[in-house]
Amino acid sequence: MGGVFNVNHFNYLLLGAAWTFGLSVLAMIAGGMVGFIVALSRISPVAPVRWLAIAYVQLVQGTPLLILMFLAYFGLTVAGFDVPAIVAATLAMTIYISAYIGEIWRGCIQSVPRPQWESAECLALTKMQRMRLVILPQALKIATPPTVGFMVQVVKNTSLASVVGLVELVRAGQLVNNSLIAPLTVYTIIASLYFTLCFPLSWWSRKLEYRLSVRRAQVET
Amino acid sequence: MSALVRMHNVDKSYGKVRILHGVSFQVNKGQVVAIIGKSGSGKSTILRCMNRLETIDSGEIEVCGHLLNSPKVNLNALRRDVGIVFQSFNLFPHLTVAENISLAPRIAKNKSKEEALKITQTVLQRVDLLEKSNAYPEQLSGGQQQRVAIARSLAMEPQVMLFDEVTSALDPYLTGEVLSVMEQLALGGMTMILVTHEMAFARKVADQVVFMHEGRVWETGSSEILNCPQTHELKQFVGSEL
Amino acid sequence: MTYKFEFADVIVRLPLFLDGVWLTCQLAVIATLLGFIIGTLCAIGRRGSNVGLARACGFYVEITRNTPLLVQMLIVYFGLASIGLKIPAYLAAIAALVINVGAYTCEIMRAGMDSIHPGQIEAAECLALTRAQVYWHVILRPAAERVYPALTSQFVLLMLASSIASQISVEELTAVANRVQSETYRSFETYAIAALMYLFLSYVMRLGFWIFGQMVFTRRRKVGTPM
Repeated sequence: MGGVFNVNHFNYLLLGAAWTFGLSVLAMIAGGMVGFIVALSRISPVAPVRWLAIAYVQLVQGTPLLILMFLAYFGLTVAGFDVPAIVAATLAMTIYISAYIGEIWRGCIQSVPRPQWESAECLALTKMQRMRLVILPQALKIATPPTVGFMVQVVKNTSLASVVGLVELVRAGQLVNNSLIAPLTVYTIIASLYFTLCFPLSWWSRKLEYRLSVRRAQVET
Repeated sequence: MSALVRMHNVDKSYGKVRILHGVSFQVNKGQVVAIIGKSGSGKSTILRCMNRLETIDSGEIEVCGHLLNSPKVNLNALRRDVGIVFQSFNLFPHLTVAENISLAPRIAKNKSKEEALKITQTVLQRVDLLEKSNAYPEQLSGGQQQRVAIARSLAMEPQVMLFDEVTSALDPYLTGEVLSVMEQLALGGMTMILVTHEMAFARKVADQVVFMHEGRVWETGSSEILNCPQTHELKQFVGSEL
Repeated sequence: MTYKFEFADVIVRLPLFLDGVWLTCQLAVIATLLGFIIGTLCAIGRRGSNVGLARACGFYVEITRNTPLLVQMLIVYFGLASIGLKIPAYLAAIAALVINVGAYTCEIMRAGMDSIHPGQIEAAECLALTRAQVYWHVILRPAAERVYPALTSQFVLLMLASSIASQISVEELTAVANRVQSETYRSFETYAIAALMYLFLSYVMRLGFWIFGQMVFTRRRKVGTPM
């Protein structure tokens, strides 16, 4: 027991950080795909589809991610699937992300200025073409800053995957701490590693936000 | 005749740009002074210097006994003696008319609730808006909001009142109600300094007119100078304002 | 699928769940109040003229917002204990939650305060109000009213995030669910019920905030327009 924090420990943490990064990317892609469907469903003219999407978002947004993790982990087990922790964690995070990013993207689609919707209609394009060629490209621009900002939340939320056994950064830290018994050192280093992953994203999101508001001001004058 | 506002050789620059050159004039108690000029002539700046919203680089300004260029000037005491009404009213949107007016007397002058209420009713009566006591600013017209702003300044019982182009943001048919309130104030003996574009009002009410041009006091005198301008620039200005 | 849903074992343990809910509520309410105060003070500090204070607040906000709450809780509970500062888990959880939500509240309130028209601040100063009086009467209330929806969402998220306190052995709702699950082996039913309870709590919280807003923001109640 005890000992000094050395390079081996740090490498082990870096391995955990790699899993954090991997889970973040995986969850973001999967969650993004489902989230896109959620966003479109939320503004669907078909009422039952809309209600279903609203119910889904309300349900997921009213549940802590930790509970979703447990539900995914135990849910898969009782359904007969013996899966590694990464699958359960990805499933939980996909559901979580899809609800939040779906709402963010819905807001961005709806904030494309009214004149754009109208002029697209007047160009005799079909509904699909209107969305694909006029609305979505503009929504994409508006959506970029909050999406990048949300990715920071995703990276931080992967820490909860430690609870279902995935050896990402926090779990790696707990294991290192078990042998070193130096929680302040270990967890502070872990916080620093998270900061290194997250801060560039936060900074980038702010920069995008600023650029977008400048461009918007130029267009409006 | 005591001078409430005394300005001597005031200079001010924003970076490399000179805004005010050697501005000097004096305002006596009970006088109404109209400061006129083109935009960029420095008229709003010199007004804002009088209650220390802007500082000066050199020269002296004395207002109601306060020496404004001294580092020890008591801003709070100064602002109790000098009231200001802004072009964009600047009423507090989350408070009713009565609350807007009674706020400062209650918390800056420590008046009791009853005293503040009496003051509020008195000033609202003076601007003829007593019935709008419980309305919120957004429910009032521009002219009504500006009259409330005047009442709000009056409630602090200032010795001097500054008016910074107070009718410029109003639709033409609303300026009349504000100007008539200001005329009443003048007749009541309030010392007023106004930056204005309303030439007819200046002619009628002002005791002294100060014409600013390129940051200098270009011409000054009684309101007669508007009828018989001496300098070429004032001639041009009055001609263009007709 | 051979799993049969049986809620009976779990329903029988409902009082335990309610104990957990009670603790979750305590964590949420205390952290919301303290977090709002700290966040608002931080926002005022960031806007102030003291450069050192502004930068310190900035560091606090950036570090907190770019590290996970779980790690923050582990540092406050285990980390501080290892250097002699032994805090009970309950207080450690509250401290971590307050630090966390304080940073987010700071940014929200800062945006609200920045949106106050500078003309009003000028007008207030010209009415002989001191800086502190200007903040209290002219800046804080309208700012809070403007960002009230964002604040509400933030505090609901805080309540949901209190589930992480289960990891430092605070017996709130999630910890209770874990315990019940390990006793009854009815994992899906247990967590489903816990999820529904959290959902219910989030609705109650939103309703509570709405009522509070209607009481405090009298202008909105009487006039009906947004700030």
